[in-house]
Amino acid sequence: MFQIGKLNQMISRRDFLQVSMAASALVGASGFGNWARLAAQQALTQDQLLEFDTFGNVTLIHVTDIHAQLKPIYFREPSVNLGVGPNKGEVPHITGEQFREFYGIKDGTPRHYALTYNDFSSLAQSYGRVGGLDRVSTVVNAIRADRPEALLLDGGDTWHGSYTCYHTEGQDMVNVMNALKPDAMTFHWEFTLGSDRVTELVEGLPFAALGQNIFDAEWDEPAELFKPYEWFERGGAKIAVIGQAFPYMPIANPGWMFPEYSFGIRDERMQELVNEVRAEGADLVVVLSHNGFDVDKKMAGVVEGIDVILSGHTHDALPEPVLVGKTHIIASGSNGKFVSRVDLDVQEGQMMGIRHKLIPIFSDVIMPDPAMTKLINEQRAPYEAELKEVLGQTDSLLYRRGNFNGTWDDLICDALLSEREADIAMSPGVRWGPSLIPGDDITREDVWNVTSMTYPNAYRTEMTGEFIKVILEDVADNIFNPDPYYQQGGDMVRIGGMGYKIDISKPQGERISNMVLLKNGESIDPAKNYVVAGWASVNEGTEGPPIWDVVESHIKKLGTVSVTTNNTVEVTGI
Amino acid sequence: MEFTRRDTLGLALGAAALTVLPYRVHAAGEEAIQAFTGGAELKEGGVQLTAPEIAENGNTVPIEVSAPGASAIMVLALGNPTPGVATFNFGPLAASQAASTRIRLAGTQDVVAIAKLEDGSFAKASSTVKVTIGGCGG
Repeated sequence: MFQIGKLNQMISRRDFLQVSMAASALVGASGFGNWARLAAQQALTQDQLLEFDTFGNVTLIHVTDIHAQLKPIYFREPSVNLGVGPNKGEVPHITGEQFREFYGIKDGTPRHYALTYNDFSSLAQSYGRVGGLDRVSTVVNAIRADRPEALLLDGGDTWHGSYTCYHTEGQDMVNVMNALKPDAMTFHWEFTLGSDRVTELVEGLPFAALGQNIFDAEWDEPAELFKPYEWFERGGAKIAVIGQAFPYMPIANPGWMFPEYSFGIRDERMQELVNEVRAEGADLVVVLSHNGFDVDKKMAGVVEGIDVILSGHTHDALPEPVLVGKTHIIASGSNGKFVSRVDLDVQEGQMMGIRHKLIPIFSDVIMPDPAMTKLINEQRAPYEAELKEVLGQTDSLLYRRGNFNGTWDDLICDALLSEREADIAMSPGVRWGPSLIPGDDITREDVWNVTSMTYPNAYRTEMTGEFIKVILEDVADNIFNPDPYYQQGGDMVRIGGMGYKIDISKPQGERISNMVLLKNGESIDPAKNYVVAGWASVNEGTEGPPIWDVVESHIKKLGTVSVTTNNTVEVTGI
Repeated sequence: MEFTRRDTLGLALGAAALTVLPYRVHAAGEEAIQAFTGGAELKEGGVQLTAPEIAENGNTVPIEVSAPGASAIMVLALGNPTPGVATFNFGPLAASQAASTRIRLAGTQDVVAIAKLEDGSFAKASSTVKVTIGGCGG
């Protein structure tokens, strides 16, 4: 289960046992199962969630991809998360029962609810919401009480994703995160605030803003605003934390909003920097990354000398580190649902051992930090009336994650088809956005949680059948190219009004077939024009109403939302 | 139609560039290699080509080549209508045998660097640069 590789050179068998025990501590300590749900919740305590046998001399705390979720939410993990090439069937590309079997998670347990999708709606009734930065604060404070010098590292996608974050241009998140006192941060969606706002916020940060791959676009030189790495002295060890921002920012997001910057993976520079900090006496090299998990795995195999990669972007939550060579990769989920604690034994320039725990933030179990609750409420107070307005109800579980579709995007595509009178709708394959469970009200805040962005215009245009296929092929290659360095870390573009077949094992240009217009069952004609409505275009000057207005209007007309199972995408080559 | 004419043109151009994928290796590319090497065997290693995996802008892609001890490095974009990009010649007093430039790529394709090394042998490095519509990152 645990990938050993060359690690036995560095870590004793005893340390290994400690690793696996820590990984299973939650289930082992709570000792329930067999669907005893109410008993389970009563038995689950904050002490159990935080239980950790302090280890070594260095502690890292990792949060990532919070997407501006200040308050507790529901978040359903994906049922479909396919790997290709060398990552076919490998972690994190296993879901549901397979995931639980791999990690020894019993059905109906808190870890089942936190890490897999099955029976989500019913388990959500018992275990409740997850996340909330006031709960995260309690966890961080508890770890710091145990290890005062613990480093708190934020993997980015923090200043994006909610009504208040949009209206304050990220200020709400900056205020709350500053109170959590991170030691360093890297970036992705932050740049969609525009480079002027990014500069303003970054210049005011009381901690390191890192990105070795953030370059000045004009001169192709490292950008001055972002340091490649920061030094820390902790537990007698000299630690270098190197930042790695999302490599494909101007491609996956609108580059015209931050034309001064260039990105890329730049693993050759990463190697130079690792060599540089090692030469300057680093005992421990940590990479705070927004590459996405498969890209981090590949980079760990290419770049020598990284001890730990704290991985973000693809929103994977893994209960154990994945080992590539001598590099441990930690994946800490998204939307404030998890905090990773990583204890390390670092002696004389070597990492001798690791103990890790992915802590699920069960919001009904972990006490909120009152000071943080107050601060969060202050950020929300000016917008409270708008946030809380009820637009309708849902009969169905609304979620986004999954490679091909999710019920939130089914609803958004329906809204585009009906409100914009289109034949075909497209919704971007982003991975952020919390879930709602059947019976929930749908508030304006909920709609913004799955649509908020600075380029929200819902366009309406004509495209030929041939061009629609080109788009699908292009996006499919961004997720199913067998070389992770060519993947951008999103899911497939969601399609409404049209079905298609995809063979994920084929090369670009040959994956998509059998495109059918659902309203009449006819095959898509490459030469014919179709009316297409979509949102989140990266083109400057895109016109149309913001997507949240389109969705809000649609939900108000429906009253109660029911989303039926979507079988319009047939997937082969798995 | 709420798309402006300019955006529609932008999309259409993107489509034109992408529909003809994948670019075939142009015969002219093979000829240029033949002319440069005289048909000598191309070994791997000895020349380094640094290029982005995915181009941020296909019209101006930064690349860098280096080959310690080389007297010349030729760069080709095999999928371009005219594959020849540049040949960098280094005199005996050159402090380093490295060069960087920006190239235009018509679509996803292999960029190739071939170096004539000190001992007269030839080394090759190749890198696939993807040109994409983009727009759906997580």
